[in-house]
Amino acid sequence: MAGQTDQLVKPGSGHGLLDVYGHRFLLKLLVRKEIKVRYRGSVLGLMWSYVKPLVQFLIYFVALGIFLNLQRGTPNYAIYLFSGIVLVNFFTESLSNATRSIVDNRDLIRKIYLPRELFPVATVWVSAAHFLPQLLVLVGACLVVGWTPSVLQLAAVILIFVMVAVLGTGLGLLFGAVNVYFRDSENIVDMIVMVVTWASPVLYLWSMVQKVMGEWFWIYQLNPMTVAVEVFHWAFWEPTLRGGQLVNDATPPGMLTLWLPVALLTTLAVLFLGQFTFRRLAVHFAQEL
Amino acid sequence: MTSHGHVAISCIDLRKQFVLRHTRSLKEALVWLAKGRKGDLSKKFLALKDVSLEVKQGETVALMGLNGSGKSTLLKLISGVLQPDGGTVRTRGRVAGLIEVGAGFHHDLSGRDNVYLNGAILGMTEKQIDEKFDSIVEFSEIGEFIDTEVKFYSSGMYLRLAFSIAVHTDPEVFLIDEILAVGDEPFQRKCIAKIKELSDMGKTLFVVSHDLDLVATVCERGVLLEHGEVVMDGEVHAVVAELRRRSAHAESEDSL
Repeated sequence: MAGQTDQLVKPGSGHGLLDVYGHRFLLKLLVRKEIKVRYRGSVLGLMWSYVKPLVQFLIYFVALGIFLNLQRGTPNYAIYLFSGIVLVNFFTESLSNATRSIVDNRDLIRKIYLPRELFPVATVWVSAAHFLPQLLVLVGACLVVGWTPSVLQLAAVILIFVMVAVLGTGLGLLFGAVNVYFRDSENIVDMIVMVVTWASPVLYLWSMVQKVMGEWFWIYQLNPMTVAVEVFHWAFWEPTLRGGQLVNDATPPGMLTLWLPVALLTTLAVLFLGQFTFRRLAVHFAQEL
Repeated sequence: MTSHGHVAISCIDLRKQFVLRHTRSLKEALVWLAKGRKGDLSKKFLALKDVSLEVKQGETVALMGLNGSGKSTLLKLISGVLQPDGGTVRTRGRVAGLIEVGAGFHHDLSGRDNVYLNGAILGMTEKQIDEKFDSIVEFSEIGEFIDTEVKFYSSGMYLRLAFSIAVHTDPEVFLIDEILAVGDEPFQRKCIAKIKELSDMGKTLFVVSHDLDLVATVCERGVLLEHGEVVMDGEVHAVVAELRRRSAHAESEDSL
């Protein structure tokens, strides 16, 4: 940043996401601020990050697991359900907050030049900070019922976490930038958030979809969140099953060899598309807000 | 590090046009597209017309003009918040704006947290803030309230802290927009003394203010903008006199 004293430079021209790394101290402060401010003045504070997903989980478990009796065909249905819910929550929270981040920070953006990518990226980090305690609860629950994951499965968890964060960032950049011009963007994202819980095998099994969709099942698999949830099931839920409970179709065929690479590529494409759109639109943020 | 003679800010044929857009929904835009882009969705307004300006390192420049003459737009182009529609603007070294102090403040954070957050927003590193923290608090006269949430500050305390952070950011070029009216008179005097100290240190100052007597004491050079064009550029007292003449003239025309 400093040391450019002997060069004339154009103000306000950045390098997109690469600049965020150069401003990581500011990023850290922005993330810390959001976390501090989120539950200001509340008695339970950060506990709300546990209570809300827990209630959500209980509703689904009672309605689907018990009333619709999904838990009979699916051993350890609670684990199955919770591992999907925490991941989808991470994604939806990242996306909806990132979409609003540019408009929410308009006072700053109108007055001071900063790499604007900082704001969506910061919201994804905040979502990650809320996701990690939920992940710990999940791990605890898995250990109680006897979780024996392989190294490969643990590595897959980290990979999926990164992938979902990148996907949230990419879509967040895209919708966040468009939101400056058309506030419809927020509503589109609200819709995506609503759909995503049901468009991935969070509440039901992937095999139920295959039965209905038949040869068109691949369309369902193109959704990167579907693959992300399936990998989480493979890593958290499958290793808790005992010999007699083993389901022979716990994961769709070709999940790791075909669909995971496809999901990773889609995610990268989304990130590039998001960054490209964001940079094109960011030039006029200050005057449009 | 700063030597007279090098160009600090260079503006060549700067043009900035604002679109006063009326539509704010996707539906209206789609309807407009479907109708073959008939009619204009927006009104255009030229805020700056081919402004060329060069400021050398160590110069103190006052940017003057009546409301709507394009002063703040020019400042925003130099700080990088806005991008020009034509021409080029280039700067040397770190540019920091004392533009609208307190823009980066968060009401629910303590003064201490805000010093760090705002310092980082204005481009300071963690180490720089650590080093200057005591000096910032001392200058702002906030004292023991530094660990109180900013929402409980009086408006004077709020502005003093914000100004104090801004003057401690230590850039090569300072952009100052209408903030010399901070706090009570003793604090104002302190601010002006601080700004003079900065200019003695060889910092480049670019000041926008309606307080003509004040800019005449702080700055050496004056630039007069009218309807987005530079109409005069010279010694500050002469430019102040010209602006006074013009506004008096405008008034007498109005009263006719």
